[in-house]
Formats: sequence, C-alpha cells, structure tokens
Amino acid sequence: MSTTELVLRLALTAAAALIATGLYGALSQQSVVMIMMGLELVVNGLLLAAGAFWWAGGAPVVASVLIVVLVTVMAVEMAMGFAVALALYRARQVDLTDDAAELAG
Amino acid sequence: MTALVAVVGALGAVAVVTGLLVFTVNSMARATFLLLASFVAVGAVLIGFGLGYLGTVVILMMTIEMMIMVVFMVMLMMNPAGLMPMTMVHNRRGSWAIALVVFGLLTTGVWLVPFPTPGPAAVGDPTLALGDALMGGQMLTMMTLGLALLATIVGTVAVAVSRR
Repeated sequence: MSTTELVLRLALTAAAALIATGLYGALSQQSVVMIMMGLELVVNGLLLAAGAFWWAGGAPVVASVLIVVLVTVMAVEMAMGFAVALALYRARQVDLTDDAAELAG
Repeated sequence: MTALVAVVGALGAVAVVTGLLVFTVNSMARATFLLLASFVAVGAVLIGFGLGYLGTVVILMMTIEMMIMVVFMVMLMMNPAGLMPMTMVHNRRGSWAIALVVFGLLTTGVWLVPFPTPGPAAVGDPTLALGDALMGGQMLTMMTLGLALLATIVGTVAVAVSRR
C-alpha cells in the first residue's frame, strides 16, 4: 500500500468514526442542542473525508467545492436548529425532545 | 510524507476522542468546547492536506458557532454546567448498536475498496482554483448555496419570532 493510500484510508477511518459518533449522539440524546452537536459531528466527519479525497485524488476542484457546501450545510443546520429550539422553548418551556412529543394542548 | 501519516493519525484520533467525549461529559459547556476541539483538529488536518483557506474557515466558523451555542445553552438549558449530574439520553443501547454497525460498514468499505489515488498534485494555489470554480463552472452550486442561506435567514426569523 502506498503512503498516499495509507493516509487516505487513515483519514477515512477517522471520518467513519466521527460519523458513527455523531449518529450515536443524534439518536440517543434528548436535549435539542445535544442532538445538533451530533449532527455537527456527522458533518465534521464528511469534511474530513472530503479533504482526504481532495488530497489523495489529485486535487479535484469539486472536492473543495464539496467542502464549501458542507460548511454551508453546517451553518444552515445550526441556524435552523437554534430557531427551532427557541420556538420550542417559547411555546412549551421545554428543552428535551421527549417533552415535545405530545401534540399541542 | 511519513510526517503527514503521523499528523493525520494523531489529529484524526484527537478529533474522534474529543467527539466521543462530547456525549460522555456531564457539563454541556464542556461538551461544546470538546466539539470545538474536534472541529479544530479536522480543520488542522485540512490545513495539513494543503487546504489552508478552507481549514482556516472551518476553524474560525466553528469557534464562533460554539460561542453562540454556549449562549443558547445558558439561555435555554436546565443544566448547562452539569452541576446536577443527570442522564438525558434515550435508547442508549440501540443507538450504540446502530452507530457501531455504521462504523463497521464504513470502515470495511474504507479498507477494502481500491481507491484511485493519483496522489497530491501540484495545482498551484487551491484557493484560487476554488474561487475560479465557484465563479465559473460551479456557479450553479454557489447560487444554490446563496439562495439556501437567504431562505435560512428568512426561515429562522420567521420560526423564532415571538407570536404574542
């Protein structure tokens, strides 16, 4: 295995671990903000993978465009997540997803 | 090249360990800063790969984002400092199972798939290449992102505004 391949596979393994960790957090946490942290970790793993492919794949410009897209996705997710958390708190004074499961009433 | 193997291995490990710690510490404020550490490690790997601009953008953006997150925690959360240890998780075992299966599948793919690796190319300035692409061939991507961000601005204000 060449060194380039080794670096690529190491980075992708770390990215897979980040994605799995984020998935665990997003599935298991009850607090809205902690769920957002899990989603952020998933995107973090994708950033790492895209960077590794850019480096190992002969620097295709689409890989760096993908990183720009991922950074934007992160900003959008964060902004909408905070807006939903705020709306939820205004309506019900709750910060846990399980407390928000009931319909309005 | 061997230095890069060490750097990617070490920073990747830092990113994963701090990522795991995010969901194990009691204090949500600590969790936020651990998440920031994870992002900084990934940003540093990007810089190590030669993507200096994008790596710096990730680090700067995440630093500010995590500061905003701390403000929200203090505003809304019942236990931001973790002074009253409590578990706020559901279905922990199922979540671990799903996460481990996903990790296993992805890692198997990572080590079995023969990736075409022409290796690092001398492209000159990757930031210039990125700017050229965004203002040229990838213009549609850029316009879509711009529109999505505008929709987010309108949407967040519409959702978060007080209705009383």
